[in-house]
Amino acid sequence: MPSLKDLKNRIGSVKNTRKITKAMQMVAAAKLRRAQDAAEAARPYADRMAAVMAGLTANAAGSASAPRLLAGTGADRKHLLVVMTSERGLAGGFNSTIVKLARQHADRLRGEGKEVAIMTVGKKGREQLKREYGSLFVNHVDMSEVKRVGYDNARAIADDVLDRFEAGDFDVATIFYNRFESVISQVPTARQIIPAEMPEGEAAGGASALYDYEPGEEAILADLLPRSVATQIFAALLENAASEQGARMTAMDNATRNAGEMIDRLTTEYNRSRQAAITKELIEIISGAEAL
Amino acid sequence: MADTMQFDLVSPERRLVSVPVREVRLPGTDGDLTAMPGHVPTIVTLRPGLVTVVGADGSQTEFAVTGGFVEISADSVSLLAERGHPREEMTQAVYNDMMAEARRRHQAVEGKRDSVGEDVVTAAVKLLADMEALGTHVGLDPNQSTVPA
Repeated sequence: MPSLKDLKNRIGSVKNTRKITKAMQMVAAAKLRRAQDAAEAARPYADRMAAVMAGLTANAAGSASAPRLLAGTGADRKHLLVVMTSERGLAGGFNSTIVKLARQHADRLRGEGKEVAIMTVGKKGREQLKREYGSLFVNHVDMSEVKRVGYDNARAIADDVLDRFEAGDFDVATIFYNRFESVISQVPTARQIIPAEMPEGEAAGGASALYDYEPGEEAILADLLPRSVATQIFAALLENAASEQGARMTAMDNATRNAGEMIDRLTTEYNRSRQAAITKELIEIISGAEAL
Repeated sequence: MADTMQFDLVSPERRLVSVPVREVRLPGTDGDLTAMPGHVPTIVTLRPGLVTVVGADGSQTEFAVTGGFVEISADSVSLLAERGHPREEMTQAVYNDMMAEARRRHQAVEGKRDSVGEDVVTAAVKLLADMEALGTHVGLDPNQSTVPA
């Protein structure tokens, strides 16, 4: 049975914890709004890009001269996994879910006898993957200095990925990130970016026939494919940023609620022991008086 | 036929402009062109340069863009630029930044001339030249930016 003093200290410290988690929750909520706005603002560009790409790829896919970024290297042996996580923890299962998905992929690919290379974005994923897959790391992108994810960040990552592709380091690149469904739901997602995935449905293909292309279709495609990779990475980074804040908000909301419950329980216990102590003292006084 | 069309200028980070316009003059890779309502649907890649937008009231606005492409249809023009700035916002600092990037790219490509092929080097040289021309055109000095070694 802890003493009254212990209980009081305990309650005090849990109250402090609750203040901190509450503050973190509110900070996450504010940042979430900003991240969502950023994701929203980036959408028109990504949508247009996707629409134009859909038209172009549908036409080019069949031809033998299709660029390698679209058609692939013809092999499926070396895989690059780009794992995007956050720089900071205390975000519930945010990082673990991405890492888990990446790990499943890596294990499956290695089971099939394929080569796997891993590129990490954000510190947390690197820490979690280091022990098991440390030898597979090819690069790490440090985002700790980045306050707001900009297109430049995505470009830098895309340039690195494209350079490796040009150098023949891998055949297939997949990015891992958390898709933002809602504040309480983020879905870990694996998305293949190289070779570009064909959009489903041929409606887009029909529309492209109406366009004139200047310079030629192939030149435009060659120009757009790298940009499209950067755009997809940028979109993933933004979704990830929003998801991180959403996950943190939910986690901190839970933590705040748990702390509240704990305080209630401890307070009840504290009051009981105090009452017990008083009763005990009274009994001692009364029995002392009776003995006289 | 309507005498205006919708013009959108979007960068990867945000939508910069969305207005009805009468005509848009664009710096295409293969040469300048002007889009007016009723233009045949076209997709054109851009070189760095100035885009002139003539608004519904005849007023002209200019934007400096670096690369990207335009989707032109009969009643709309969508410009997707990697970077876009209104001409007033084109300060020497912003321009230095753009120049530095073009130079870096040129150097990077030049360094591996053998592996990437002559076309890529030519493209980078052209990009750099276009960027310089853009600066001279808006009255900024292309030689102020320095590339970190």
